[in-house]
Amino acid sequence: MRTITADEAITEALVEEMRRDSRVIAFGEGTATKGYKLVEEFGAARVRNTPLAEGIIAGTAAGAAATGLRPVIDLLFAPFLTFAMDEIVNSAGKLRFLSGGQFSFPLVTVARTGGGWAVGAQHNHNNESWFVSSPGLKVVMPSTPADFKGLLKSAIRDENPVVFFADIGLLFVPGEVPDGDHVVPIGKADVKREGSDITLISYAKTVQKCLEAANVLQENGVSAEVIDLRSLKPLDEATLLASVQKTGRAIVVHEAAGPCGVGAEVAAIIAEKAFGALKAPVVRLTGPDAPAAASFPLEAAYAPQADAIVAAATRSLSRA
Amino acid sequence: MTAIETVVDRSVTEALETMMLIRTFEEKSAALRAANLSPNMCTSVGQEASAAGVIKNLREDDLILTNHRSAGHLLARGAEPGRIFAEIMGKSTGYCKGKSGSLHISVKELGVVLTSTIVGGELSLAPGVGLSLSMSKSDAIAVVFFGDGAATEGIFHESLNLAAVWNLPVLYVCENNQWQAYVHRKETMLADHVSEFARAYGVPSKTVDGNDVEVVLDAARNAVDYVRTMRKPYLLETYTYRVRGHMEPDDQAYVDKEELASWKRRDPISLIQSRLQRDGELTQDEIDVMWQRVQQRVEDAAQFALDSPYPGFDEMTTDVYA
Repeated sequence: MRTITADEAITEALVEEMRRDSRVIAFGEGTATKGYKLVEEFGAARVRNTPLAEGIIAGTAAGAAATGLRPVIDLLFAPFLTFAMDEIVNSAGKLRFLSGGQFSFPLVTVARTGGGWAVGAQHNHNNESWFVSSPGLKVVMPSTPADFKGLLKSAIRDENPVVFFADIGLLFVPGEVPDGDHVVPIGKADVKREGSDITLISYAKTVQKCLEAANVLQENGVSAEVIDLRSLKPLDEATLLASVQKTGRAIVVHEAAGPCGVGAEVAAIIAEKAFGALKAPVVRLTGPDAPAAASFPLEAAYAPQADAIVAAATRSLSRA
Repeated sequence: MTAIETVVDRSVTEALETMMLIRTFEEKSAALRAANLSPNMCTSVGQEASAAGVIKNLREDDLILTNHRSAGHLLARGAEPGRIFAEIMGKSTGYCKGKSGSLHISVKELGVVLTSTIVGGELSLAPGVGLSLSMSKSDAIAVVFFGDGAATEGIFHESLNLAAVWNLPVLYVCENNQWQAYVHRKETMLADHVSEFARAYGVPSKTVDGNDVEVVLDAARNAVDYVRTMRKPYLLETYTYRVRGHMEPDDQAYVDKEELASWKRRDPISLIQSRLQRDGELTQDEIDVMWQRVQQRVEDAAQFALDSPYPGFDEMTTDVYA
C-alpha cells in the first residue's frame, strides 16, 4: 500500500498500461506538456499535445481505435465534451453496431468535473448521465485513488469506448492504493460499509458524504449500508438490489442534477425489481437543476451534504 | 505504344466499366426505392468519375473513409453490389448485417474502415486512421471522401489542421458536387473551390474536373504518390455535380433546370465513352457489351438482395459492445 492522490493514480495507471501495451497512446490538451516524463519514457509519437479542439481529438481517437491503437484522450473538463459529442456518441458509440460488429473502439476519454476549483458551470457540469443514455459507451466515475487507478487500467484494457469522469474535488485527496497491477473491474459496485437499516447509494465525491452521514446515523442507532457505484454503465444492479432487499430503504445521492440522472435510473431499477422489499419510497438527493456557481460556498453547497443525507434517512426510517 | 501507356489505357477502360457499374447500380437503387422495395437512399449519379478515378489509384492496404453517398466508393473498391443492395434494404446478407442501411456502410475486408453519415463525421475520424498508419511500419495511406457541405463545417478545418501538424498520411478528396443536402453551395460558401482552404493549413491541394475520369486518374495518382512518399496530407478537389436529388425520392423542384442540363451535357460516362471511341480504343459493340455486363450484374445483385432474409430480432442488441 502507498498513499497517493487520485491525480497521481491517473498518471500511474496510464504509465503502467503504456508499458504493458505499445498500442496505448495518450493525447489531449496539454497531455505532453503536463506529461513530459511520459514523453521521455514513451516518445513524442505516443504522447502528444493537441489543438484545443475537442471534436477532432475525440474523432482522431475513434479513428485510431478502429484501426488498431488504444488512445487515452484528455478533454480536460466535462462541459468541453459538448464539442466531442458527435465523435464520442455517434462514432465511437454507434459505429461498432452500425458496422455489424466489424470494428471496435477501445478508447478512453478522461474529463474532469464537479465542484472543487470554483471554475463555474462551463468547466463544472456533471453531465455523466448523457453518456449513460448513449448506447455503446461505458461510464465510470471513481471516488478513491485506488479506484481511479484500477478503473482507468480496466478502461484502457476494455475493447469499448469508456468515458472516465474525474471528480475535481477528489483529485488531490490522498488515499491508499495497493501495490502492483491494481485493476478494478468495470461494472462492479463497492460496498463501502455494511449496514442493515438503510442503503445509501452514491458515486464520486458524495460517497464520502454518505460515509459521514452513516457515522452520524450509527450514533443514532441506525445501521446504514453505503454503496459506491463506481461504474455508472454498466450498473451493478445485483449489488444494489441485494442491499435493498436486505434494508428495504434506499437513498441515492449524487452531485449531478436530478432530472433523468443516475439517481432516477437507480430509483427506477429498485422500484421495478425490489418493490416488494421497500418499506419507504426511494429518495433522491441531487444537485439542483441549475448551472453550478463559481462562488466557493455556493459550489460546495451544490452537492448534497451529510446533514441532508442524515435528515432524509431519518425521514425514511420514520415510515413504518 | 509503350508498356506504360497500355497500362494507363486499360485503367481508363476499367474505370469506365466501374463508372457504368456505379451508374447502373444507383439508378436501380432509385428504381427500387420508387417501387417501395427499398428505403430512401442517396445516389452519386454524375459523380462516378471521382470515385472510379481516385480509388483505381489505391493499393489494397490503403484505407478508405466515406460518407452517406458511398455506393460509388464501395463499388469502385470492389464491393459486391448484391451485398450493398442487401445492406440498403436492411437484409442480413448486407455488409453490416443490415444494421447500417445505406448511410454508414463499412467493409473491413476491403479497407473501407469507417463511414459516418453525420456530414463531417468522416473528416473527424480520418486523422485517427492516418495516425494508426503513421505509427505502423506500413506506407499505406488513408483516403477520406467528403463533400463541399462538410467543408463548411468546423471539423473540416480541425481535421485538415491536425493532419498537417502531425504529418498524417491522409488524402482528403472533396467531391464538390455543388449541393449540400437541399442547399446550393453558392448559398453557403463564397469561394468556388474547397482546395483554397488547404493552403492556409500548409496542405498542398488541387482542383480538377471531376467529370473527366482521365483527369481524375492522373491527379489522384500524383496525390496518392505525394501522400505515400511524403507521409503528409494532400487535398484533391473533384469538381462535379450531383445529378439526382439529395435523397431518393426527390423531384428536384429546387434545382435550376439550366444548371442541371448543362452538367448533364458533361456527363462523365458519355464523355469518356465518346473519347475512347474517337481514339479507337473501344468500339460501340464493345461498349454495348460492357453495359450489358454491368446491367446483368446489377439485376442479379438486386434479386439477391430482394431474396435475402431480414436479420433476426436478436440482432437488435448484438454488436453494441465488444
